[in-house]
Amino acid sequence: MRVMVIVKATEDTEKGIPPTPEAMEAMHRYGEAMAASGIGLVDGAGLMNSSHGKRVAFDGASCRVIDGPFAETRELIAGYSVWEVKDMDEALAWAKRWPNPESGRSEIELRPLFTWQPSEESFAERGL
Amino acid sequence: MGAGETRQAIEAVFRIERARLIAGLARLVRDFDLAEELAQDALVVALTEWPSAGVPAKPGAWLMTAAKRRGIDAIRRNKMRARKHDGIAMELDGAFDPAEAVEAALTDDLGDELLGLIFTACHPVLSADSRTALTLRVVGGLTTDEIARAFLSSEATIAQRIVRAKKTIAKAGLGFEVPRGAARAARLSSVLEVIYLIFNEGYAATAGDDLVRPTLCQEAQRLGRMLARLMPDDAELFGLLALMDIQASRLPARTGPQGALVALTEQNRAHWDQPLIRRGLAALARAEALGGDGPYALQAALAACHARARRPEDTDWPRIATLYDRLRWVMPTPVVDLNRAVAHSMAFGPDAGLRLLDEIADTAALLNYAPLPAARGDFLFRAGRLAEARAAFEAAAKLTRNAREAAYLLARAGACD
Repeated sequence: MRVMVIVKATEDTEKGIPPTPEAMEAMHRYGEAMAASGIGLVDGAGLMNSSHGKRVAFDGASCRVIDGPFAETRELIAGYSVWEVKDMDEALAWAKRWPNPESGRSEIELRPLFTWQPSEESFAERGL
Repeated sequence: MGAGETRQAIEAVFRIERARLIAGLARLVRDFDLAEELAQDALVVALTEWPSAGVPAKPGAWLMTAAKRRGIDAIRRNKMRARKHDGIAMELDGAFDPAEAVEAALTDDLGDELLGLIFTACHPVLSADSRTALTLRVVGGLTTDEIARAFLSSEATIAQRIVRAKKTIAKAGLGFEVPRGAARAARLSSVLEVIYLIFNEGYAATAGDDLVRPTLCQEAQRLGRMLARLMPDDAELFGLLALMDIQASRLPARTGPQGALVALTEQNRAHWDQPLIRRGLAALARAEALGGDGPYALQAALAACHARARRPEDTDWPRIATLYDRLRWVMPTPVVDLNRAVAHSMAFGPDAGLRLLDEIADTAALLNYAPLPAARGDFLFRAGRLAEARAAFEAAAKLTRNAREAAYLLARAGACD
């Protein structure tokens, strides 16, 4: 199954402070360890902070553009990746190892994608 | 978190660590069964201790230390074990510093052990069936029951196959080492073969009612990725990854609403999995940059020709025909010859295909091979020779073991009016 890993923004990411070399290194090691376990990375990227962002708000037929930066930092998204995992438990086990800097709060959110899954019914029908 | 959830969480951690754990233990004790047993013991300890103490910061190292500790206990209890185990017990004692174990947890040495495990499970002394079963078991971590279901076999058969494979490895005295030098290339091709066998059994189920069993495809892709991390410079490995990604990208379009087979040219390409295609094309580019022109890189290049065509009529058939001409040199099999005939028929017309089919029609390996008459039926149909086409489709339908493929072929026979 595929899971989107949504990395929430922090004060630092919104200020545009780049990660420290140590944090980059930790992230690199994390990625390597995941790859070595066979977790598939389907896609992923870091996002520029919300001052570069635009929102398009619809109200019926009309729409209005809102320029960033946006408030509610902790609800914003700083990056994402899409993992290929066996199940949510596996995604969660990896997410818990996310290299969060020791002093600091951050949050990542895991959401399964709707993807094509063939029916397993025929296994059940045959009693296998 | 309830007890059930905690258990699930711990088991998920264990699943992540299992292959490396068994790889490290197998290298140490040189025995699959003992390694699996120790790993399982470590899981039991984790299930007892983690709910109250919490999941340790380096669960892999923790599990390894716990497994080694159990190993020493077992060996001390069991004095009649062979003398070599005394040596191992000392080695285990020496490696007992948990801090050191933690340090070692994410180093390349462990990667080397994992690689050794994969090479051993795919050792050519084992039959192809044994290699796939053993690899899925010890590297993929599938249960015997899961493997049996995936291969539509009985659990007893698979269990026996794995037991026999382990015995063969013990008897051959294999050391769970990564082969070096010239032996490595030969052994690697056996590893790639196992991975592709697993993938193909999932992609083109040879028996039963289901045309695809995606669990096997996913497992093969997972094994391929593990290997790619450990061997980042092998062109054929990246060719294989590309091939699997691009083929897997078609899974959502490959079966119709009732589970019936949908031929490549008739698939709804909007359902092709574009992220997988992108990843596959990137892997292919890497294979080509590494100079790849082996069987997997060429097959991936072929698959890429289809993946790049947004509509069937955009397919670059002359390029495909050329790639088959090259593939035939590195992979001279009747099936490649057959596909080459199909490619030439698409590039240069049905008569070109029929001529190439005539050249291989008497090949023993193709005598009862359903795709041969199926291809002939298709060429004849396109050449307007409908009565002959019908006979060919009907012959193909009689030969296939896959119920849904047979239905597809009979439908084509019925369309020859």
